[in-house]
Amino acid sequence: MSEKLKLVDQVQAINWNRIQDDKDVDVWNRLVNNFWLPEKVPLSNDVQSWATLTPDEQQLTMRVFTGLTLLDTVQATVGAVSLIPDAVTPHEEAVLTNIAFMESVHAKSYSSIFSTLASTKEIDEAFRWSTENVNLQKKANIVTDYYRGDDPLKRKVASTLLESFLFYSGFYLPMYWSSRAKLTNTADLVRLIIRDEAVHGYYIGYKFQRGLESATPERRQELKDYTFELLFELYENEVQYTHDLYDSVGLAEDVKKFLHYNANKALMNLGYEAMFPSSVTDVNPAILSALSPNADENHDFFSGSGSSYVIGKAVNTEDEDWDF
Amino acid sequence: MSALAVDDQPSTSPVGDVEGPATDAPLIYFSSVSDNTHRFVMKLGVPAARMPLLTKEPTLQATRPYVLVLPTYGGITGKGAVPRQVVKFLNNERNRTLLKGVIGAGNTNFGETYCLAADIIAAKCHVPVLYRFEVMGTSEDVDRVTKGLEEFWI
Repeated sequence: MSEKLKLVDQVQAINWNRIQDDKDVDVWNRLVNNFWLPEKVPLSNDVQSWATLTPDEQQLTMRVFTGLTLLDTVQATVGAVSLIPDAVTPHEEAVLTNIAFMESVHAKSYSSIFSTLASTKEIDEAFRWSTENVNLQKKANIVTDYYRGDDPLKRKVASTLLESFLFYSGFYLPMYWSSRAKLTNTADLVRLIIRDEAVHGYYIGYKFQRGLESATPERRQELKDYTFELLFELYENEVQYTHDLYDSVGLAEDVKKFLHYNANKALMNLGYEAMFPSSVTDVNPAILSALSPNADENHDFFSGSGSSYVIGKAVNTEDEDWDF
Repeated sequence: MSALAVDDQPSTSPVGDVEGPATDAPLIYFSSVSDNTHRFVMKLGVPAARMPLLTKEPTLQATRPYVLVLPTYGGITGKGAVPRQVVKFLNNERNRTLLKGVIGAGNTNFGETYCLAADIIAAKCHVPVLYRFEVMGTSEDVDRVTKGLEEFWI
């Protein structure tokens, strides 16, 4: 970065025995318990599967992952760090340092995937593509510009939209491969990243809403308008980016449904109502079930056929759940 | 299951709990300070009682059959998936007996633990999971649950 980074004005020793916001502790514990490293995932088991992809499919996959690498790099080195001076509790600062570090782990994970599956030449080509693709660069620049702005709550909006929306044009692909029993270990790794991003988006969105509590009605309206404007700007670019990537394999329309679905969740993380109607968020069930085996509506009494649900199916539970 | 078995005898109810406020609401829910589940329940427009945020506070006492709404977020194994406040509430035998169904809130991005707390309670208490929704629910979720609950109580 060329400009001087704003630092926290005054630092005091952090006291974890005096908590202002319990959510800081909850999220810290959650993130620590979720900690992982790419070395834990047996990516090399995907080498054979990788060889079954066509050259176009391989190239698409490499490009998707360099795009995700760029976003994770932005989030690690600019995004999460830029939020630290805005923190209202010392524990929030600590959580943000954890988030920044995990974003670096995510960025590095894609390199683990690359080095397992592809040649140096292919890797270099994909990184070159990432620096030359206009829509990918625009996406990173839009968000980075907002991070450099002077409004703490707007920064949180940009961050939440990145965590909860902008990654998903990329996350779609490993879920797609997984639903076809391809690159399943890579998908396992990406699911760990998705889970982390969900906690990050939830937490930063929550802090945004806490910040709104003391805002005037005018200020609230300003931030709401800003959120939707930024979402539209990012969305338009995201649609272009999706076409750049997925037109060659005919998946762009399917990916867009996934974008709408996740844009709704990003808005909800910020406390706003979902915007896209269900007619355009009907994500391919195979993708949803690759994301979460529990997402199948037929398990539900209200929305399922009625015959498919079973009362009291066996669930492994920890005694700790019921023991205090 | 051991904790439940012990608590089947009311006299051994945990930590000398004080009787909390009674509620005749058909919907009882837990929501953390994020208020996501709270917002969803408010949109349903049916009488609902919120469990206290702090475990140390006296929990609610249900007085009629009800549906429970609760969130799950973010664990790997689901360990501790059910919020302690809800565990305390369900360790009251009457509350457990009057429970007729569970609605789960969560996020599919949490993979296998999506709405896990609802599954755990459904299995332990032998009631159905009625519905799952994400974050604070869309308008379609609100419509489906409103309609579903109307039919459920007939």
